[in-house]
Amino acid sequence: MSIRGVEINIHGLGYRYSTRGNPTFTNLQLQSRRGEALAIIGRSGCGKSTLLHIIAGLNRPTEGVIEFDGKKVDGPSSRWVMMFQAPHLYPWMKVSQNVGVGLKFAGWPEKEKAERVAEALRLVELQDYAEVSVQDLSGGQQQRVALARSLVMEPELLLLDEPFSALDAFTRSSLQRDVRSIAKKLGFNLIIVTHDIDEAILMADRAVIMAGAPGKIVTEFEVPLPDPRQRQDPAVQAMRSRLMDAFHSAAGKPTGADAHGEEDVDTDSESVTQHA
Amino acid sequence: MSTNAATLTNPSTQSRSSAAFSSAASGIGYFVAGLAILIGLWWLAIYIATKNPALSQFANFGPVPAFKAIPHMWDNGLIPKALQSSGYRLGMGLLIAIAIGVPIGIIMGRNKRFRDLTNSPFQLMRMISPLSWEPIAVIVFAGWDSAIIFLIAIASVWPIMFSTAAGLAKVDPAWFKVARNLGAKPWQLVTEIIIPAIMFDVVTGIRLAVGVAWIVLVPAEFLGVTSGFGYTIEDARESLEYEHLMAMLLVIGAVGYVLDSICMVLIKRYSWHR
Repeated sequence: MSIRGVEINIHGLGYRYSTRGNPTFTNLQLQSRRGEALAIIGRSGCGKSTLLHIIAGLNRPTEGVIEFDGKKVDGPSSRWVMMFQAPHLYPWMKVSQNVGVGLKFAGWPEKEKAERVAEALRLVELQDYAEVSVQDLSGGQQQRVALARSLVMEPELLLLDEPFSALDAFTRSSLQRDVRSIAKKLGFNLIIVTHDIDEAILMADRAVIMAGAPGKIVTEFEVPLPDPRQRQDPAVQAMRSRLMDAFHSAAGKPTGADAHGEEDVDTDSESVTQHA
Repeated sequence: MSTNAATLTNPSTQSRSSAAFSSAASGIGYFVAGLAILIGLWWLAIYIATKNPALSQFANFGPVPAFKAIPHMWDNGLIPKALQSSGYRLGMGLLIAIAIGVPIGIIMGRNKRFRDLTNSPFQLMRMISPLSWEPIAVIVFAGWDSAIIFLIAIASVWPIMFSTAAGLAKVDPAWFKVARNLGAKPWQLVTEIIIPAIMFDVVTGIRLAVGVAWIVLVPAEFLGVTSGFGYTIEDARESLEYEHLMAMLLVIGAVGYVLDSICMVLIKRYSWHR
């Protein structure tokens, strides 16, 4: 499986849910390099999930343009695939059928489809579960199936809408590491929307912070940390503090030690740090 | 990469097949015992009734003459002919009900405006007794066969339609979003997502419809036609062949039971709910 990422250019993007309502965001500019993992962090309601849905082509912007490699995005495509907060697997299908459903939609022949599905299942280490009902899997395994279902399409861009927030700390940690490692190995872009600052640092090459109403990108950070990234690394901890301060400063909250009462962003990763 | 996958433990094949055999044996045991009790009560009722000399002519209503009549009625073609005629009417009526009920049920489940608009007329029409359409059906349709098929279709369409709509209302909207995200075309949403997701509810609706259609079929065949279960029963009554009448009742019950069992197998086959 060999995938080429995309260069993403977003110009003057705006969105409002109704013509009379306030805009969710206006005149938003965002770029992402080929093969980059980009995290979008922000409080609830700042429009980050809406932005992700628009990038995926599932919603139409009310203004502005999104371009992948210079070509305008005007709808969903198997080249840019989204993973949601819940796996949303089809319970009447086995694991392999769930993974191959996108290829079935695209009319792939059975033999080629089976090969591609087997390869995707190997990538997420579920090769022994191909014929198992998805209802017999744990939450983490189901999210791995959803990941394989996205990877099998060989996307140039994988969009993740808080995909691990419903999982336990151990499973979340291993999936964060695995998704980044697969993305880097195969070369596709990642855009991760998250509340969890640790998740952004562990998974992204760059993080942007959205805030305000209407939402806008208030600041951005390179995350130039080597792989594999561990939560307890001093460099990760230092980056976390910088990002926290930037987040609170953008949100108009006090910085440093005073900021730890923040409600909308998940900063409480100690339980993971002890075990990961 | 690490997987914390727990091994899925299944019972051994031997203990599983042993449990299945034991369950099947128990099911057959209850089936036979239940039927034996029913036939015993039937025999007892006729025995007690015919001890009165004034009621002795009802002896042929008993189980022994009825069971003895079945091979004879099969050989002279009465049962095969009734099966063929009634089966055709039932099958056609159900097919029409499915062809109309499933698509309309899907639209009802997907489109709230359509559901709200159709609720009152459909509920009103559903409450009309199917047999009360018979005079209109006889006027509208050229032959009795078509009229009976219409009666079966109009009786069966409602459970199929409402069950389909209820099934669709339970479908997770995110399944459509995921499918669109993976490049599904609109018709693939129907064939790959909607139909498998609601198949359990559709077959459950068909099971209810078969029950209603079976109830409508026999009285609808009392008039006008010269074949079918209803006609054969009425003919047996008029010619005082009570053992034939009871034999036909047995056949009707057995065929209905088989149809219901087929529906149950299909419901089990298409059920993905845990």
